[in-house]
Amino acid sequence: MLEEIGPFLEVLLGGLMAGVLYALVALGFVLIFKASGVFNFAQGAMVLFAALTLVRLMEVLPFVLAFAASCAIMVALAFAIERLVLRPLVNQEGLILFMATIGITFFIDGFGQTLWGSDIYTLELGLPKSPWIILDPPLPGGILVSPVDVFAAVTAGALVAGLAVFFNRTKVGRALRAVADDHQAAQSVGIPLNTIWLIVWSVAGVVALVAGMAWGTKLGVQFSLALVALKAIPVIILGGLTSIPGAIVGGLIIGAGEKLAEVYIGPAFGGGIENWFAYVVALLFLLFRPQGLFGERIIERV
Amino acid sequence: MQARITGALAAAITAGLAGLWAGSASAQGEMNWPTLVYRTGAYAPNGIPFANGQADYVALVNERDGGINGVKLAYEECETGYATDRGVECYERLKGKLGGAVAFSPLSTGITFALTEKVPGDKIPLLTAGYGRSESADGRVFTWNFPLLGTYWSAADILIQHVTKVSGGADKMKGKKITLVYHDSPYGKEPIPVLQDHAAKLGYKFEAIPVTHPGVEQKAAWLQIRQGRPDFVFLWGWGVMNSTAIKEAVAVNYPRNKMYGVWWAAAEPDVMPTGDDAKGYNGLALHPSGTAFQVHTEVFKHLYDRGKGTSKREEVGHVLYNRGLIDAMLKVEAIRTAMKQYGNKPMTGEQVRWGLENLNLTAERIKEIGFDGLVTPIKVSCLDHEGSRKARVHQWDGKHWNFVSDWIEADTKYLRPKVEAAAAAYSAEKKIAPRSCS
Repeated sequence: MLEEIGPFLEVLLGGLMAGVLYALVALGFVLIFKASGVFNFAQGAMVLFAALTLVRLMEVLPFVLAFAASCAIMVALAFAIERLVLRPLVNQEGLILFMATIGITFFIDGFGQTLWGSDIYTLELGLPKSPWIILDPPLPGGILVSPVDVFAAVTAGALVAGLAVFFNRTKVGRALRAVADDHQAAQSVGIPLNTIWLIVWSVAGVVALVAGMAWGTKLGVQFSLALVALKAIPVIILGGLTSIPGAIVGGLIIGAGEKLAEVYIGPAFGGGIENWFAYVVALLFLLFRPQGLFGERIIERV
Repeated sequence: MQARITGALAAAITAGLAGLWAGSASAQGEMNWPTLVYRTGAYAPNGIPFANGQADYVALVNERDGGINGVKLAYEECETGYATDRGVECYERLKGKLGGAVAFSPLSTGITFALTEKVPGDKIPLLTAGYGRSESADGRVFTWNFPLLGTYWSAADILIQHVTKVSGGADKMKGKKITLVYHDSPYGKEPIPVLQDHAAKLGYKFEAIPVTHPGVEQKAAWLQIRQGRPDFVFLWGWGVMNSTAIKEAVAVNYPRNKMYGVWWAAAEPDVMPTGDDAKGYNGLALHPSGTAFQVHTEVFKHLYDRGKGTSKREEVGHVLYNRGLIDAMLKVEAIRTAMKQYGNKPMTGEQVRWGLENLNLTAERIKEIGFDGLVTPIKVSCLDHEGSRKARVHQWDGKHWNFVSDWIEADTKYLRPKVEAAAAAYSAEKKIAPRSCS
């Protein structure tokens, strides 16, 4: 019995840890949607761009300076996006803003690689690479825990706590939520829409940088980081587009669900099911809660 | 302002005239050398050194020799991003330039599968050195395909020969476990039939675990490996999948010296991002890495010392750079062979196909062109479009690749009937009448 429980717990734990990493990317989507009503398709590209910026700057600067400079570059990127793309589109339909973010994605993908290169860059944050083995005994062979995954989990937890305080306890946070509800109404009561957008895209840029660090430490910094963002989509479908805790819980459910499915159901399908299985889980949840687990139910009177 | 506009117009007209002149010059003495590359995207870290090797060899032939027998090579790249649709688009765009392409090397099994249907109609050879469809080694059916140096079936057979030897002989393989971690694509699936055949013959337990594109999600696969504890893990990955596999192997404490990559999973971009963790990792090698060969001396002298190299200087000699050099050299030698038959003028795809089919790279010729020690002799024929099927195993020591085996030749007696059966099935499906090679 213990022989079977050990591997199960290991897959479950591995899945939960992977889920935290998905949640880190999902957080960026949720932030921008929550504060501006825009589904930012460029979040994955921002993760790649931020991580590439950091890793290349670390070649010439110490980590702290490189991190600070990367944050500044992400803010500058947010400024450029606000000025050149979002400002001309104020009060346009959400779908038009979404399409604009697709354009931003392709631009950032190409520009980032042109500027920083297309190789795989190693991001060393000094974390131990060898796994920790816990619960041995009682479980034969124990359970492996990756230090990198633990780092990501702790970082995600800290980010969520910080963002929750920011949104609920600060004046800017309340203004962000007001803008999300209605651009025009927010402007009419004196909330500076452009400044709010700049702030939220900057925060999303810094979240992308942290997500890029976590993923980059694990995979190396390279183009595939942009594709990892696709893993965040089922997470936000499940967790709800407007909920920060939803992104975390959604990430955990998707991460654990897909890994368990791959190991225990996958062989019956020839393997390789985890990518689409994540969407199956998300769609099943949508059947019962169309707004996602923690999303806001939108009721419009007609 | 007016002066600036006039200047711009003058520059545009001059550029246009220069283009026209170049066009007429190329019609007289240039051959269309299209190159499908991927310098961006998920597979760029592996695509770039290969493309650089190709570009440098073409530049070397143009710079040093003035082309092939006086005919310059008009090198043009098209970015595929390793995507089949973009690869086909590039092919369509480039195939007709300058009177027709000499050959295509897509460096993608997916693109190769798609182009295999197109090249017979366009009469352009498809050179897939070390990749592509394994059954395309049968030249009677696959007239236009040339999987020179070795197919994936050859690679799988060579790997099994090696691990059998390492294990102490065929009788020691019974009861062993081999797990294949493969890219879930036509490329990754190629070795499965051969590994299954050998499992039935030698008695080892075989398991295949797919990893979906681009290969960064492997945790579930490696947790399965941790539970199953196979004796050997074969890695059939590409791009970031390979370095991710090594990192995941570290995360589950799987020994790297029990891992064996195919020759597309055993280059610097696969091991360098993992630092010392890749020490002991093994892979197949179609050729050595390094710059201790005459061709590199020439490349440095004629290109890099004059600021004309494509790669970073320190990356010249990396595994995939050398493979790019070799790939281009094979095409150049096929064109030379064709010119002996058809004269020193720009060759058509059809003529280059003849050159490839009659390619006979002897040890003497290899030495003459500066590839001594880098490649072994290759002899292509109508029946055999593979030409040679040998590889060595090399191991990463943290800084360099070192050979840990001699050349191992794939077992033709076993593979040839399999190739012919698969080619016959393809010809029946596509209603292609096989050529006679007698």
